[in-house]
Amino acid sequence: MTYLSRNPLAVDSLLARVQSPERGGTCVFLGTVRSDDDVTGIDYSAYDDMAVAEIERILGEAQERWVNARVTLQHRLGLVPVGEASIGIAAAAPHRDEAFAACRYVIEEVKKRLPVWKKELHADGTTTWVDPSGRPHPLTPSPQSGEGERIPR
Amino acid sequence: MPNITVRFFARYAELTGCDTTAVRVSGSSATVADVLARVRETVPGARDLPPRPLAAVNLRQVKLDARVEDGDEVALLPPLSGG
Repeated sequence: MTYLSRNPLAVDSLLARVQSPERGGTCVFLGTVRSDDDVTGIDYSAYDDMAVAEIERILGEAQERWVNARVTLQHRLGLVPVGEASIGIAAAAPHRDEAFAACRYVIEEVKKRLPVWKKELHADGTTTWVDPSGRPHPLTPSPQSGEGERIPR
Repeated sequence: MPNITVRFFARYAELTGCDTTAVRVSGSSATVADVLARVRETVPGARDLPPRPLAAVNLRQVKLDARVEDGDEVALLPPLSGG
């Protein structure tokens, strides 16, 4: 399993990497594309080499903090339709507190540090770059202005 | 003179019309800010980059006063929105 994938996420593969008989608590987080406004999907792009390096650093930090836990993740790239997962994180530990904590740590660090970018696709064919707070990127024309970019079909 | 590879992503690649360029910066104490200034001079569209974009050197996020060396890869990163 690779950390970045252009295919739909497979939760079973994530679980297989972290579960074991001595880890009785397993936590899975899935981030899925919401149907905000007229969004039909999100096109994810990344600085692939840095994203993999950053994921390895984040997972290493989680491993150091919760030594009995195992955590992994996969982030999807390319077009992800509404309702499908763009990121999956699985954490397993002897007890649930560690599993929840490790999973939470990883998603929060991913949000802050992973060099990945979202371009929302709208029903009218326009696109909008998104910043972490969910607001349209200030350098991007508003889709309502009629200046949005069209995705070739 | 350090020769630096500069990479653009997402919105910044659209602004500059390219994914990658190379610039030379003078002096042994050149910084990411110096690279950014050189990019603004030489790459069409780069003047529209924000004054202080996020940056990385060799796959690690750094501040703009971080030093660069010959052969480094500097990346200019739009606001991150992974997850």
